[in-house]
Amino acid sequence: MQTPDTYKRYQRQTILPGFGDAGQYKLLSGRVLVIGAGGLGCPVLQYLAAAGVGVIGIADCDTVSLTNLHRQVLYSMEDIGKPKAGTAAEKLRALNPELIYRVFNEAVTTSNIIHLIKEYDIVVDGTDNFATRYLVNDACVLMNKPLVFGAISRFEGQVAVFNVPSGLDGDCIHYRDLFPNPPKDGEVLNCADSGVLGVLPAIIGCFMANEVIKLLSGLGRPLSGTLLTYNALTNDSMQWQLQKHPESDRLVPFTVAALQQKDYAWECGLPPAGLEVDAVAFEAMLKEGNVELIDVRELEEKPELKQWSHQKIPLRTLMKDGRTFFAGQVVFICQSGKRSITAANWGNGKYADKKFYSLRGGVEALMGGKESH
Amino acid sequence: MEIILFGQLADIAGASTCRVEGVQDTVMLKAKLETMFPGLEKVNYMLAVNKKMVQANLPLSGNETIALMPPFSGG
Repeated sequence: MQTPDTYKRYQRQTILPGFGDAGQYKLLSGRVLVIGAGGLGCPVLQYLAAAGVGVIGIADCDTVSLTNLHRQVLYSMEDIGKPKAGTAAEKLRALNPELIYRVFNEAVTTSNIIHLIKEYDIVVDGTDNFATRYLVNDACVLMNKPLVFGAISRFEGQVAVFNVPSGLDGDCIHYRDLFPNPPKDGEVLNCADSGVLGVLPAIIGCFMANEVIKLLSGLGRPLSGTLLTYNALTNDSMQWQLQKHPESDRLVPFTVAALQQKDYAWECGLPPAGLEVDAVAFEAMLKEGNVELIDVRELEEKPELKQWSHQKIPLRTLMKDGRTFFAGQVVFICQSGKRSITAANWGNGKYADKKFYSLRGGVEALMGGKESH
Repeated sequence: MEIILFGQLADIAGASTCRVEGVQDTVMLKAKLETMFPGLEKVNYMLAVNKKMVQANLPLSGNETIALMPPFSGG
């Protein structure tokens, strides 16, 4: 939507050498998805809306809290408890009503991310956890979407542009070239545990918005193949020339279906995100301890489960009589993985202090897996 | 040679810079650093020599500036 005021609104940037009406037209035709409307996402959103990026998607499943306000200055006291994505859209509409805002108030997951990013020219990663960062990275690699990355810790920040051929050798660098595998939960501190200086995400977020504007307008040299780091205490800033990791592309799922099967939370050492775990995840849970396995098939069903020690409680008996579970996590197994999902749903609904899972594909998947090896 | 440690790596090393001498390549350097600072081998980091990221082993002359960068999760 353009009004007689459109020209006036962007006049201070259209008079810039090399920008002009053509640059503004490119911004107004651009579609950018910002994942995470928090410390980094807020300044990115504000400056993209102000600059006139035509379609702005906002994805965040969180609500505004008082501890957010020292750095997420898009929000105010009256927004506490409200969903961030919708609230951000409202504020941005007040700043620039000529743009289209798309609100996505849900968590970005393996099942919705492909559909979500498909609609956009550029994705911005303003998330606050590794599970989502690796998911966003992989989905953008798979869909060949430019990704503007930013991350912060205490007084330091990182910015980069991924999936855009770098000037030097034309390589498409992405996050797995820097860090091929996600760190385990607790290995790296998050903002809630380690703290963050309020202005730091604003500084880094503005760097990110700048990269988006450069990518859309074609101005300047984007940070593709380069990691920019900044320290707010010393003002030290460094540009790291990045390099392809020999394994990185192999670590990204090759197909959308493979991405949808991946459990990013589990890879980051968190409890499985969904209801189902596979044999590898289950083995890892066993190693950690605090898990019990229950076979919910009828007592006479074959083949016998030999891999792991377990209890046998047929589904109907279990759901009728209940049970005292001794471990914090319970994994159910059945023949094909269907009854065990019913059992896990039943458990999660009935026992709030335990986590219930279903072993994906059941005994049949275990047998199949064995034969193919 | 001078080593610059970023983020949490500075906590592990107890300082944001340190010096290491007598290593011929980046594999030796990593091994030496991980002996000096035992927490280092348990965490993810990328290594750069003179601001260029290094993936394979690279010979060192001793005059380089080395930087170690961990992943940040915050947003």
